[in-house]
Amino acid sequence: MLLSIILIPFITALILLFIKDAKKANTIALVTNAATLAVSIWIAMKGASDFNQAWIPALNSRFLLHADGLAKILVLLTAISFPVILMSSASNQIAQKNKFISLLLFTQAGLLGVFLAGDALLFYFFWELALIPVYFLCSIWGGERRIAVTFKFFIYTFLGSLMMLAGIIFLYTHSAEPNFLIQNFAHATLTSAQQMTAFVLFLIAFAIKMPIFPLHTWQPDAYEQSPTPVTMVMSAVMVKMGLYGVIRWLLPLFPVAAKSAAVVVVDLSVIGVLYASFIAIKQDDIKRFIAYSSIAHIGLMNAALFAHQAIGVQGVLIQLFSHGVNVLGLWIVADIIEQQTGTRSMLAMGGLAKKQPTLAILLVVFAFANIALPLTNAFVGEFLIFNGLFQFNPWVAAFAGVSVILSAIYTLNMVQKVAYGEVSEATQKMNQVNKPAQLVLIILVIIVFVNGVYPQPLFDITADTLQQMFVK
Amino acid sequence: MNAIIVSALLGVIMMFASWVFKGEKIQKNIALIGLIILLLANVSQLNGWYVLELDTKGMLAFSRYGIYANTILFALTFLYVWVNGDEISKIGNHAADFYALFFFILCGASVLTSFDNLLMLFIGIEMLSIPLYILTSSDKSSLISNEAGLKYFLMGAFSTGILLLGITFIYGATGSFHLTVPETGFKYEMLMRSGGLILIFVAMNFKVSAAPFHFWTPDVYDGAPTVFTSFMATIAKAAGFFAFMSVFQIQYQALGYSWTLLLSFVIICTLLIGNVTAVFQRSVKRMLAYSSIAQAGFMLFALYKPSTFANEGILLYAFVYSVASIGMFAVLIKMKDNSIEGFNGLAKTNPLLAFVTSIFLFSLAGIPLTGGFFAKYYMINAILVAGAGLWLVIVALVFAAISVYYYFKIIQAMYFLSGDPALGEVKNTYQYKLLFLAILLLILGVFPNLLLNYLYF
Repeated sequence: MLLSIILIPFITALILLFIKDAKKANTIALVTNAATLAVSIWIAMKGASDFNQAWIPALNSRFLLHADGLAKILVLLTAISFPVILMSSASNQIAQKNKFISLLLFTQAGLLGVFLAGDALLFYFFWELALIPVYFLCSIWGGERRIAVTFKFFIYTFLGSLMMLAGIIFLYTHSAEPNFLIQNFAHATLTSAQQMTAFVLFLIAFAIKMPIFPLHTWQPDAYEQSPTPVTMVMSAVMVKMGLYGVIRWLLPLFPVAAKSAAVVVVDLSVIGVLYASFIAIKQDDIKRFIAYSSIAHIGLMNAALFAHQAIGVQGVLIQLFSHGVNVLGLWIVADIIEQQTGTRSMLAMGGLAKKQPTLAILLVVFAFANIALPLTNAFVGEFLIFNGLFQFNPWVAAFAGVSVILSAIYTLNMVQKVAYGEVSEATQKMNQVNKPAQLVLIILVIIVFVNGVYPQPLFDITADTLQQMFVK
Repeated sequence: MNAIIVSALLGVIMMFASWVFKGEKIQKNIALIGLIILLLANVSQLNGWYVLELDTKGMLAFSRYGIYANTILFALTFLYVWVNGDEISKIGNHAADFYALFFFILCGASVLTSFDNLLMLFIGIEMLSIPLYILTSSDKSSLISNEAGLKYFLMGAFSTGILLLGITFIYGATGSFHLTVPETGFKYEMLMRSGGLILIFVAMNFKVSAAPFHFWTPDVYDGAPTVFTSFMATIAKAAGFFAFMSVFQIQYQALGYSWTLLLSFVIICTLLIGNVTAVFQRSVKRMLAYSSIAQAGFMLFALYKPSTFANEGILLYAFVYSVASIGMFAVLIKMKDNSIEGFNGLAKTNPLLAFVTSIFLFSLAGIPLTGGFFAKYYMINAILVAGAGLWLVIVALVFAAISVYYYFKIIQAMYFLSGDPALGEVKNTYQYKLLFLAILLLILGVFPNLLLNYLYF
């Protein structure tokens, strides 16, 4: 079961390399993705037994896949995101589209592997498998400055993952038994100094991926220059790799170091949140705007994780999913606007509500979800996050709380520029949104509201992870 | 034993083969058959079959490990000749002579994997080096090639002098040429022995082109005909490393704490100079020369302290690095323009060639799913097991990240830039041979055991 969910996209990706016809390639990808989605829903509902095989006997590395609550919710997010992305970009003109989709699916396989791996070396493998296709995707199909920007992104994250590799090998040589299983690492006897060293090595990798201030500089450029479907993958799912790493590896393996570093990391995260929010207010490019807004939201989640209060972590587990859905919605609307008007400058837009009322309403819904207004899914998560931060330190919560106000400012500012005002020249070019994209947006809106009103299923899925972390 | 005798014999046979068989193709095939015979003879020693049983009076000692190291070197040479055979024929008038030189080099290499006596080390090194000097200057019409050969010869002779001096010191201190000697205990003699060891260390660093003794490398690699650069940078270098290992795996304790200090210094110098200089190269051939220095820095990790990881790792590293480099140089031979710009747009005009080049570069950079990853992994594990500081690992990995920068420049040029790369004639069979090398790297990237299992069974 667990193996099949990785193999389906992987094999599809291989097949797609040989199917030249763009339409056919898209259909095949969608069909197999539907299968992945079905399997992942099944896993999320019913659970699945571990897949456990010897992989590299010499190193005692095992091909171990394990699905607990944390893995399930992220697998679900990945499985929902990809068909959504494929459908919304179905009509986009992309040269050599079969290769484009194929690389996307390789990334999907890598991402699913990252979330399911229970063996450190396997985790590292999938981590890289998710990264390398993105390097090619952005460098081949991206914007004008794509090569330099993607290279920066790649070197940054590759350096991070090498640091993580050093940490993994370090743990391997210090653990009781010579294997890479996470339980084995958890029982490694480390002095507090050693724990701190390994902690920092892992943290660098995850912090670059999320990204946490001051390691975020690759992100806005990379988001802006990547083709929008890839940006969606990066911001909806790939950044979750960093948060996932913190929950799965960092906090359980190095509890002492995590506790003593908590103040620093939380403070950095909150600084990052405020910093990104302020910059988001001044952005004119809609893609850069969403990028900075995303940095702010991820920073908030990271702060809540290191604050390490049960309620805050619960919020993060929910928000992992909700943030993915919301940001996907925003990107899809942004992509439709960019495809049809040919501009990303918000100053050039305006009057969307008059020209395309439905699209404008959808945009407003996702904008509200971005601010985390009640009734939307993000409200549940962020409310719990702030609760957790408050228990950790009221001052931190107060500063982080400012970001809610800022988020309202920048998001509404965006809505105002794009949706209201006179119909601008660029908006005049807009015409009917195509059916698949419409359908996808409506589905996302439904998810936003359903999770906002009735988030219990998400709590149920993630309950066991929370229990493991806080009930000893 | 078999390897030494058979390779020497095959060398002689190859020399005279050119009288009987004039065709270049036939000479290449004879060399390939010779290599297979050599491989079989070498492996059959494990089953107790000897071409000639000799009492070497403890000068040579044959271990399973040494024989497997031979196997790897011979297999690499086989791959090398199989891929590059036609290119070798294009240089000079007598291809058979070059094949004969390869066999003599392999003979030297087999001595280097089995010596138990410092004199044999010296002989092995000489047998390895002298044919290399000839190969370097084999393109007689090219001044650069001649200059490179002369430079290599002078520098090589100088370093051999240092090696001999070191051996003499050790003999003076211990009264024996053997690798394992009882501790003397006298302070003065200990000092002399350490001095001798340091001199040998310097000479060996020179042979494997580790900084700060690397100055000959870029010029020689650049000047030599590309096919032979490929041989020098891979097989000859790997043999040098095996010898380096066997000396210091036994003797490192004599240096005490200063060994770690000395080695760390050389490793960091090598990584720094190799990687940082490679970043600024415009010529891919020169870039590969510096990258080979950088890779030597990683291989030096195996010397830190003996361990299973070090022993297995150096074999894996030597094999994987050599396959990737042989492939990379084989691609380079076909490029009319050796600068990075020469690769612009290769993915459009020749997708298969671009694909295999990317795999070779991935492997050199140590990206997971290629053999290069596990090679680096074993090396890092080796120094951590040996108790070296984590800082050394982090430094090494930072340099590994830098290496991604220059390796990926070629990938960028091939895939993301447009241009019209000028290629020599590339036959389909040639591409499939390279594809085979690439697939080999991918297989080792998932199952590194396939190579290492034979060490034990």
